[in-house]
Amino acid sequence: MSRKRSEKEYQKTAEFHFRRWLEGSKDPFLDTVELKPQKKFAEEDAVTKKRQQELNELRLALYDKNKNRVVKGFEVLYKICSPLFCILIIGALLIAVSFLPPEGNASNPVNNEVEARYLEAGLQETGAVNSVAGMILNYRAFDTFGETNVLYIATCCVMILLLVEDDKIRNKLQLNDREFEPRNDVILQKVAMLLVPIVFMFGIYVMLNGHLGPGGGFAGGAMVGAGLILYVSAYGTKKTQRFFNEKIYTVIKVTALCLYGLLMVYFYYTGANGLDNHIPLGIPGNILSSGLILPINVLVGTEVACTMYAFYALFRRGDV
Amino acid sequence: MRLFTYILMGFLIVCAVSVSFSKNLLNSILIYMSYSLVMSLIWIILESPDLAITEAAVGAGVTTVLFFVTLKKIQAMVNSDKKEDEDDEQKEK
Repeated sequence: MSRKRSEKEYQKTAEFHFRRWLEGSKDPFLDTVELKPQKKFAEEDAVTKKRQQELNELRLALYDKNKNRVVKGFEVLYKICSPLFCILIIGALLIAVSFLPPEGNASNPVNNEVEARYLEAGLQETGAVNSVAGMILNYRAFDTFGETNVLYIATCCVMILLLVEDDKIRNKLQLNDREFEPRNDVILQKVAMLLVPIVFMFGIYVMLNGHLGPGGGFAGGAMVGAGLILYVSAYGTKKTQRFFNEKIYTVIKVTALCLYGLLMVYFYYTGANGLDNHIPLGIPGNILSSGLILPINVLVGTEVACTMYAFYALFRRGDV
Repeated sequence: MRLFTYILMGFLIVCAVSVSFSKNLLNSILIYMSYSLVMSLIWIILESPDLAITEAAVGAGVTTVLFFVTLKKIQAMVNSDKKEDEDDEQKEK
């Protein structure tokens, strides 16, 4: 028969010590082993320097192409392979081009019924003299809507990456517009004064005449954006923000996209191509003709102009 | 007109090659801009003025400006005179 052990007796047994050591509640070496404070490992400066020098020499020798054969071999291989690879890719592309059908051939796959329909019935159905505008803004207006969305999303991404909201941080980062430039460049300002109105006018002209002549929303918008960039770089941010600041930018951009979407919904709901169209097409050749193409051109143009300017402004100083 | 087209094509190739061989980043951007301009002329010859307008506005205008701004941001546009002066000073020391 076993008898009950008292606490003190139990504490003397090996089992108790083992358990205590296992649980980590008590350091087994504490109070039982004499502990000496260790000497701090100190190396002489000369030794350290010598060791570092050796290390550096070793490193240099490792990447020295005269001593390391692998590096030398890699360099030679690189020099041989890079032109070879270039020639290979160019050759592959040229071979691919040689398989293309000759230009202007009547039996080319480009000349199919889609193109014939666009060219023959385009003027009648869309009312646009410029058949390209009729194609991309009437037959394929939904594609263009997707492209406009892509522009919007691209600006949003650039904003996420580059926008600095806090004025203090912006000052600290020295993102100020004209930090490193001559304050008022006379030549640039005079040239800008002469050119900016012309650029704006031509851009708006191209935008409004997208259905009559070459150009359209994207080209006109890019021109207006380029004019804005010219104005900013000549006159600085303060003068530009009197008529184009972040608030106006946001309103214009979102309004243009939403209006475009609404117009598209209306266009498709009331019957797009081939169904009854409730929008009068007007006389081809007039400014106010070809249904929705003119307003869509203007909306795309404003969107593109905003995008161009925003890219520049965000790149330049992290602010619209 | 055909000869003019060939001259433009040759210029295009020369531009495209010299962009990658130019040591100075600023020079290569300027060459790239001239590439875009020549390309827009070729678009006009190929009877697509829509593309020509867009190429001239975006390729030669906006893209170049964005490249300039980026160069300035990464401080690659070092004034060459200034750099030479600094080098001279270092040599004197």
